[in-house]
Amino acid sequence: MLTKRIIPCLDVRDGKTTKGVRFKNNIDIGDPVEMARFYYEAGADELVFYDITASAEERGIMIEVVRRVAEEIFIPFSVGGGISSLEDMRQVLLAGAEKVSINSAAVKSPALIGEGAQAFGGQCIVLGMDVKKVPAKAPLSSGYEIVIHGGRTFTGIDALWWAREAERLGAGEICLNSIDADGTQKGYEMALTALISDAVSIPVIASGGAGSPEDICQILVQGKADAALIASMTHYGAYTIRQIKDYLKDHGVPVRYIW
Amino acid sequence: MISIIDYKAGNLTSVERALKKLSIPCRITHDPELVLKSDRVIFPGVGAAGEAMKALRTTGMDEAVKAFFHSGRPLLGICLGTQVILDFSQENQTVCLGILPGEVIRFPDPHLDEQGRILKIPHMGWNQVEWNRDHPLVRAIPPQSTFYFVHAYYPVPREEKHVLGRTHYGFPFPSALACRNLAALQFHPEKSGPPGLALLKAFSQWEGQDAD
Repeated sequence: MLTKRIIPCLDVRDGKTTKGVRFKNNIDIGDPVEMARFYYEAGADELVFYDITASAEERGIMIEVVRRVAEEIFIPFSVGGGISSLEDMRQVLLAGAEKVSINSAAVKSPALIGEGAQAFGGQCIVLGMDVKKVPAKAPLSSGYEIVIHGGRTFTGIDALWWAREAERLGAGEICLNSIDADGTQKGYEMALTALISDAVSIPVIASGGAGSPEDICQILVQGKADAALIASMTHYGAYTIRQIKDYLKDHGVPVRYIW
Repeated sequence: MISIIDYKAGNLTSVERALKKLSIPCRITHDPELVLKSDRVIFPGVGAAGEAMKALRTTGMDEAVKAFFHSGRPLLGICLGTQVILDFSQENQTVCLGILPGEVIRFPDPHLDEQGRILKIPHMGWNQVEWNRDHPLVRAIPPQSTFYFVHAYYPVPREEKHVLGRTHYGFPFPSALACRNLAALQFHPEKSGPPGLALLKAFSQWEGQDAD
């Protein structure tokens, strides 16, 4: 039986991992390669690296991080943040990432999704969606709007429409991040996740708001997510991957143990 | 020396990195003659069957892989490398290598589980393999190990004896094949953590005999 995936997310700035609350007040919490190895050995099913600065000059630092991570861990990992061209994707994949995540660039240029899928296979193109709850009225009829630039810019694009469109264009997976819930540790955005997961036939990773194993269980069962992104709740040692998986297993959710 | 076949179909470097971690000597090559001189060959791949077969024919690698198999030395297929070993793939309606009799077919659309819920395609993530029988590679891992899959098509060998293991996704499909000196996996051992690395290590020590 296919297991539900638990995916720690590491925000990287200047070659170091950080975790912000609502994208502000980032603090350094470590070396990404060390943290990747820690999570690999702890039983994480996949990892996400998000380059939160992603300026051209820092691109090289991130590629080096990706290369070193790929030598140490033997589970899939994806890299996102500032990826805006086929060449950016190629560099990250060649450095050893399994998948690339595109977000703002796909909003500006949706064709990038299809071009990436054509060049590298749809399975490695993850559409990252940052979403904010808004009053539901046309054209934002789902009541959820796509925001970009780390939540600073509203786009006028309906999140439900965009998820379906991304699937049509060839995305292999959606990483669905609720800006409202991100960093709060008060639970994922349940209604949004269920809405999007029901609407597409590609896997959906729920992101933003994980604070307890119960939150994760709910988003995977009622929220119908295929995977759950976590950060704060394990980065600071409040929970281990093992504790989360034991909780899920006890509640009937199929999970993977390393051996 | 293990040769990893390069036919422009992705994930070569991840197989190489995994072998390097295990201190197993290997090289990536697109030269059919080097393949034929190897002790063991890994035939990886991510991508579409049509493009892959075109690349294999253009380089003469198709004949090299067949000749290597018939030499009796250990051959390991991974993902797309496993699929193109069969006769035919529904993906791009592609005539494949025909090393093992059988076909590659797509999961149904829509694909439903026993409760009628829609299963997502591709089959992406971690799943177990129910091993049908004994095999030197299988002895290297605990039977309940999980492996990383990402695929929309799956291999169906014509003969049941070539099915080494099955994985459940809506229904049980063949996820590991074996025939004499050939072992072929639908999942990615190089991305499957400790049990995947254990399988690759066992392959590097396997002399190519099947269990029976």
